[in-house]
Amino acid sequence: MNKSALKYGFFLGCVIPNRYPMIERSIRDVFEELNIELIDLAGASCCPAPGVFRSFHILTWLVIAARNLSLSEELKVSPVTGCNGCYGTLRDVWYDLEHDPQLKMKVNEELRKIGKSYTGKYEPKHVVQVLYQDLGLDYLKDYIKYKFSDLKVAVHYGCHIIKPSIKRPWNKEYESPTFLDELVELTGAKSIDYKDKYLCCGAGGALRSGFNEVAADFTKEKLINIRKAKADIIITCCPFCQLQFDLGQKEVSNIFRDEIKKPFTIPVIYITQLIGLSMGIDPNRLGLIKNHNIKDVSPFISLDPFLKLIKKQLI
Amino acid sequence: MNSKTEEVLRKDIRKSYNNKLIQKFINAGLEEIRACINCGTCTGSCPSGKRTALRVRSAIKKALDGDESILKDKDIWFCSTCYYCYERCPRNIPVTDMIIKLRNIAVEEGYILDNHFDLAYNVFYKTCHAISAIGENNKKWRELRESYDLPSLPPTVHSYPEAVKECQKLMREVKFKQLLDKIKKKKKKDNKNIK
Repeated sequence: MNKSALKYGFFLGCVIPNRYPMIERSIRDVFEELNIELIDLAGASCCPAPGVFRSFHILTWLVIAARNLSLSEELKVSPVTGCNGCYGTLRDVWYDLEHDPQLKMKVNEELRKIGKSYTGKYEPKHVVQVLYQDLGLDYLKDYIKYKFSDLKVAVHYGCHIIKPSIKRPWNKEYESPTFLDELVELTGAKSIDYKDKYLCCGAGGALRSGFNEVAADFTKEKLINIRKAKADIIITCCPFCQLQFDLGQKEVSNIFRDEIKKPFTIPVIYITQLIGLSMGIDPNRLGLIKNHNIKDVSPFISLDPFLKLIKKQLI
Repeated sequence: MNSKTEEVLRKDIRKSYNNKLIQKFINAGLEEIRACINCGTCTGSCPSGKRTALRVRSAIKKALDGDESILKDKDIWFCSTCYYCYERCPRNIPVTDMIIKLRNIAVEEGYILDNHFDLAYNVFYKTCHAISAIGENNKKWRELRESYDLPSLPPTVHSYPEAVKECQKLMREVKFKQLLDKIKKKKKKDNKNIK
């Protein structure tokens, strides 16, 4: 297969474009460098978020998701998303409608009212899935220019990229998958073990918006384990997990200040920010160096310690 | 439904669990809930139950018994949908889907947290994003986008007003907007709330 002929519909979601645009930049730049075409899905909406809106009204979740999927069908490409939440929605709706023809008919009846239709012909994918499965490590390794051999990484998968496993492409492996660790190690970094590595960040399921302090309690547990393992950085593949580890790290340090003694200051970046850097993409564009004077925006935890660590290897 | 579940259902569906609440699960294609043997694997696997009062086993049992007090119980909103219960259930019940369905029934009855209602009504219905970049409050986020050489608004519903109208029409067609309007009235009147 000619891998450089690959193209996808870029499903942005909400958190990436509206809170972590450096993730959007890094995905666009990394894909461009790999000669993969990303076509914007013009007029796409919220996926809708599986924790909140699916919990409120399943039918709304189904039809709005099917509308989003129909946008990529119109372009005859698979949609690709960088967000575990969007992936959960698009993939679960795609799977559920494939296994329930009656429901699919009902959803299409609704879509017809806005002049759209849905077939289910195109499999929704995650950015990580495209990198790991459609391209593969062997293909990617030729693009790596810099290796970060001193870097100790705490990998955080998040939940919806692996579960429910029957609706995911990882051979039903959900207790201890390795695909994200392998992508991280492609850059020469070491993915370190830490206690309960596959634990949820706490943000999903309407928990962050409903009970922020409960979400923060999950995050605190992860951060304690990550600090104990002496990780230099946290790598995510989901902007909502990233927000929970980044802004949430400040919240944890505040809510639990007596318990944790020292505030947490662990840098958090997204997988394509790391891969992009090792491919030689300008760290300014990847959002690794602050290039503006805008206050109170992401990243909330300074990335300077990370940059200091890898600086020698970039020269 | 996969073949293992079908096998379990054929063999061991508990028809004695029959009430108004359970009927709603059956109508939604979630009859698997009646195969629950209350073993507690869900609760044992639940990272939320470790720090909150959420006991998935107990929530499912209340549903099976038709105990509608579960609908106004805030515990069902502590689930982070991590799916460990779903994966590990020895009866192959998609447990997380059951929690989601319970939440749907609760919302139908008007039980929804104020924060969640606000997000659905004032953000999602209005902008069709869950987190928006429009309005004066979000100016910094538009500037942040520009600093990364991206248009100040993404090519989503934010850039296509007709797409917002399409999504809003769908939300009215499936009666979600009407449900939100009804809850809004109710919230004003009797301050119905989750305990």
